[in-house]
Amino acid sequence: MLTTMTKPVWTDSLTKRYGEVTAVDELNLTIEQGEVYGFLGPNGAGKTTTLRMLLGLIAPTSGGVRLYGKDSTTRGYLDAVGALIEGPAFYPYLSGRENLRVLAGHAGMTASRVAVVLDEVELTDRAGDKYSTYSLGMKQRLGIAAALLKDPALLILDEPTNGLDPAGMADMRGLLRKLGAQGRTVLLSSHLLGEVQQICDRVSVLSRGALVAERPVGELGAGGRLVVVTAQPDIAHTRLVAAYGDDTVRRHDDVLELDVDESDAAKINADLVGAGIDVSELRWRRPNLEEVFFSLTGGNHAA
Amino acid sequence: MLLSNIRAELAKALRRPANWLLLAVAVTLSLTFAYLIPYAGYAGGTATPPNSDLGLPGMLPPAYVGNAIGGMPVFAGALAVILGVLVVGTEYTATTWKTVLAQGPSRATVYASKLATIAVATLAMTLVLAAVSAGASTLVAAVENQPLDWPPLTEQLAGIGGGWLVALMWASFGALLAVVFRGVALPVGLGLVWLLAVQNLLAGIAAPLVDWIADLQLGLPGPNAGSLVAALGAGTDTPGVATTVGGGQAALVVAAYLVAFAVSGGWLLSRTDLD
Repeated sequence: MLTTMTKPVWTDSLTKRYGEVTAVDELNLTIEQGEVYGFLGPNGAGKTTTLRMLLGLIAPTSGGVRLYGKDSTTRGYLDAVGALIEGPAFYPYLSGRENLRVLAGHAGMTASRVAVVLDEVELTDRAGDKYSTYSLGMKQRLGIAAALLKDPALLILDEPTNGLDPAGMADMRGLLRKLGAQGRTVLLSSHLLGEVQQICDRVSVLSRGALVAERPVGELGAGGRLVVVTAQPDIAHTRLVAAYGDDTVRRHDDVLELDVDESDAAKINADLVGAGIDVSELRWRRPNLEEVFFSLTGGNHAA
Repeated sequence: MLLSNIRAELAKALRRPANWLLLAVAVTLSLTFAYLIPYAGYAGGTATPPNSDLGLPGMLPPAYVGNAIGGMPVFAGALAVILGVLVVGTEYTATTWKTVLAQGPSRATVYASKLATIAVATLAMTLVLAAVSAGASTLVAAVENQPLDWPPLTEQLAGIGGGWLVALMWASFGALLAVVFRGVALPVGLGLVWLLAVQNLLAGIAAPLVDWIADLQLGLPGPNAGSLVAALGAGTDTPGVATTVGGGQAALVVAAYLVAFAVSGGWLLSRTDLD
C-alpha cells in the first residue's frame, strides 16, 4: 500500500500565479496506482499549467508536487514518467524513428526500445519518413510513442486527441484504453467530456485554476431526470404540473422531463395511463458530464 | 546520462541541414577572401587588391593557419553565433524543450550536452577551415612554383586551438542569446548586429574619440578575439583582426568570456519556466 506521499501523483496546495492572474489555485490532487484519472476543464482552466508543474517545466509559485514520492529536485524525478504535453513537438528534419532515437538518448535508454514503442502505436510502417510529412494523427501517435520510451508506470497525457478527426479520436481512445489496461497509471487531461467519461476511472474538474469536484466518473454522472414521451403532451403536462409542481416539469415539444426520484417512474406511468394518456416512452436519463460540469461550475467557463 | 545526451545532441546537429550550410558558407567565405580574391589581384596585377600587402606570401603554406583562423573574430565568428543559437534556440521555436525534458534529463545535463555539441561542431569547423586553407596554399604554391614550407607543428596546433577557442566563445554567446531571448530569430539578429556592426563602430569610431571606450575595448570579446588570432598568424588587414592586446591576455579574456557565457546560459535556463 502506497502512502500518500509516494502515490504516483501527489500535489499539496499547488499554486501558480502570473502577476495578478492565478492560473492554478491551491490544487490538491492524489492519484492512485493503476487508475486512469481524468483531468477535466475548459480551455484555460489551468490543466496544462498543472501538468507542466508536475513535469518540472515551470516552477510553482507555492505548494508542492511529488511523483512517486520524489520532488522535482530529486535525481531521477521523471524516471517512471512518460508525458505528452500540449501536443506533440519533434524535430521536423528527422524521421519519426530518428526523433525517437534522439529522445531515447536523452532518456538514457538504448535504441532497442524505439522499435517496441513504434509497434505499440502502430507507426512502424511510416517510421522512416520525415516528421514534417506526418499527419496530425501520426504526430500524436509519435508523441505517445515518445511518452512510452521509458516504459513508464505513470503516463501524463495532455489532450492527446486534440485536433484529430473522429476516426483519429476513436483510434487514440482505443490506444489510451489499451495503455490503461496494461496497469499503468494514466493522468489524462481533456476538455472533451465524453472522452473522459469513456476512458477514465476517476475525474477531477478544474475551473479557473481551482478544483471544483473530484469523484469516480460514475458518481459524477449520478442523478438524472425522468423522460416522458406522449402523443398528448398538453394533457400530460397539465396533469403532471398539478401533481408535482411547475418547477418539476419541463416540456420540450412532446417530450416532458421531470425532476423526480427514479423510484417515482412506475407511479407516474400508472397515473398517466390511468388518465387515458398514451405513454410511448418512459425512461431515466442520466446527465452527461457536460451538464454535471456546468452544474459544478455554475455554467462559468474559465477564460 | 551525460554521454547519451551528448550523443543525442550530436545526432540532431549532424542531421540538421542548416549546420552543414553554415560550414559550407564558412569554407566559401574563407577561400574567397583569403585566396581567390587575393590571388586574382596578384595574378591580374591589380594595384590594390584585398590583402595586397600580403601578396603571394600571404597565400603560401607558412601563412595557412592565419588564413584559416583570420575570419574567427568576425565572419566565421558570426557563423559560430548562428550555430550556437540554432543548437539551443531551436528547442524554443520547435517547442521541444518539453519533449526532451519529459524524458528525464536535468536541464543542466541537456545544456552541457548542447555546449559539448557546440564544442565538437566548432572544432570541426576550425579543422575543416584549416584543411581547406592548407589545400589552397598547396595549390597556390604548386601553381607559383613555391616551396611547401609548413609552419612548425606547435604553431599549427596553437593556431587551430586559438581559432577553436574564439569560435567556441562566439557559439556559446549565441547559445546564451538563445536562452535569453527564447528563440532563434531575435538572438541571431542581435548577435550579428553585435559582431558586424557594434564592434566595428566601437573600434572604428568610438574608441579613437573617447578614451574610456578605448580602454573598454581592451576587455571586450571581439578585440581580444582579434588580438588572439593576430598573435597566432592572422593578417591584421583582415576585418576584426588587430593587435589591441597581447596574445596571452587575449587568450585568457576569450576563455573567460567562454566560461561566463556558458555558465550564465546554464544558470538562466535552470531558472526559467519552459513552454
